[in-house]
Amino acid sequence: MNEMPNIEQATAMTESKISADKVQVYYGDNHAIKDVDIEIQPRSVTAFIGPSGCGKSTFLRTINRMNDTIEFCRVEGSIRIDGEDIYDPKVDPVQLRAKVGMVFQKPNPFPKSIYDNIAYGPRIHGLARNKSELDDIVSSSLQKAGLWDEVKDRLDEPGTGMSGGQQQRLCIARAIAVSPEVILMDEPCSALDPIATAKVEELIDELRENYTIVIVTHSMQQAARVSQRTAFFHLGVLVEEGPTDNIFTNPKDKRTQDYITGRFG
Amino acid sequence: MSEHTVSAYDDELTAMAGKVAEMGGLAEKAFADAVSALVSQDLALAKSTIVQDERLDNLHQDIEEKLIEMIVRRQPMGQDLREITAATRIANDLERVGDLAKNVAKRVIAIDSDLQNKKLAIGVEHMTELALSQLKKVLDAYSSKDAEAARRVQEADAEVDAIYTSLFRELLTYMMEDPRSITQCVHLLFCAKNIERIGDHATNIAENVYYMVTGERLPEDREKMDETTGTA
Ligand SMILES: Nc1ncnc2c1ncn2[C@@H]1O[C@H](COP(=O)(O)OP(=O)(O)OP(=O)(O)O)[C@@H](O)[C@H]1O
Ligand SMILES: [Mg+2]
Repeated sequence: MNEMPNIEQATAMTESKISADKVQVYYGDNHAIKDVDIEIQPRSVTAFIGPSGCGKSTFLRTINRMNDTIEFCRVEGSIRIDGEDIYDPKVDPVQLRAKVGMVFQKPNPFPKSIYDNIAYGPRIHGLARNKSELDDIVSSSLQKAGLWDEVKDRLDEPGTGMSGGQQQRLCIARAIAVSPEVILMDEPCSALDPIATAKVEELIDELRENYTIVIVTHSMQQAARVSQRTAFFHLGVLVEEGPTDNIFTNPKDKRTQDYITGRFG
Repeated sequence: MSEHTVSAYDDELTAMAGKVAEMGGLAEKAFADAVSALVSQDLALAKSTIVQDERLDNLHQDIEEKLIEMIVRRQPMGQDLREITAATRIANDLERVGDLAKNVAKRVIAIDSDLQNKKLAIGVEHMTELALSQLKKVLDAYSSKDAEAARRVQEADAEVDAIYTSLFRELLTYMMEDPRSITQCVHLLFCAKNIERIGDHATNIAENVYYMVTGERLPEDREKMDETTGTA
């Protein structure tokens, strides 16, 4: 136990992938995110947990400026990725979203073929010079998403005809196809059965070797299974953040304790 | 702590802690009985102690089943998780204490003669008092969720170990002086060892209480005092 502080120091010393500093988000008069500071480690999974309406999705969306698309939504404070302020006027939000991909609660494949679902992003970002490069991106993205064997013979079939779990992995493959560095996931398994969920979780665990992943989940078991660090939000405030094991066995804040043990909400 | 949204969960946790406390009471009594049967060569008491052990075993099994049931149904987290893991570990230790008491009781029957050396009996009694008071204190610490009291129990274990070491030496000299006493002394030696082991279980329980309350491990700050291992 005496070594613990050293381990924590060591992780604190590694360069953060994402640094949020005094972030506020307002929807008109509604102050939805209050003064959030967080450092997110590279090549690891960070889980956001908290009761409904506490601001998990709102905060997640600040990381790739998805809130820009919402009317009346205002973001203050700073969010840096690799030290660069993503709210700097010079930053192109479309480029940013290629670097910071997102996977949503409901699988949302485009009404196009499986192939085109993956090829869409690389095409608009000009990531492939010719058809064979594009083919390579499609197959490697599907492989990384663990979907290749299931779909390699039906790439021209519509993505919408797959099962829910396959569709979600297709969406993850689509996010991977534009070579992001960060992948944001907002309750990616809430519409999936346990087996499809297990496959997505296994995929998340593999992806963390190469990507920084932030996942919002309502399942504490899922947070405990897939993440290395967990952040607990309550009423727009980041109450507590730390190694996942600590958050679930020995949380410091009473609000965290009450939430994870099922004492309010 | 405030109550769970699902109130049946609170009842289950309380019931579990109640069972552990019940085991604690039984284990204490079993041990006290076994040693007083030893000192006064009370065969009837020894026999009833052996029979009583079944209740401890049943409670232990009950607690283990409840643990599994709660993991499946409630997926405990945080303080709750620590409470139920501590409860089952403590139940394990208490079940072992019961076994040790039973073992002492069986030796009473095996010895089946008056103790030849009153001084030894006093030593055994003294050590038992200390070990039992450790057990009692740690069970109180568990019931009142007192981490500080648990830490003091861990510290005091060295005393039990020290008495065991001196008793061990005394028994050795006695056996060397009078080889006819060897059988009885060996039984006594095992009894003393069992009593010393109770001290160890009280220490384990102290560590679990401390973890349950604070979420931190109790630092192991003492050298093992048992010097007999080298000599035996
Ligand atoms: N598009 C929006 N327009 C206006 N207010 C919004 C919008 N999205 C969220 N909010 C408000 O911001 C607050 C935080 O909502 P958010 O969706 O971030 O919570 P959440 O933690 O993701 O909840 P859930 O677990 O239910 O998804 C709420 O008060 C919500 O009403
Ligand atoms: Mg949400």
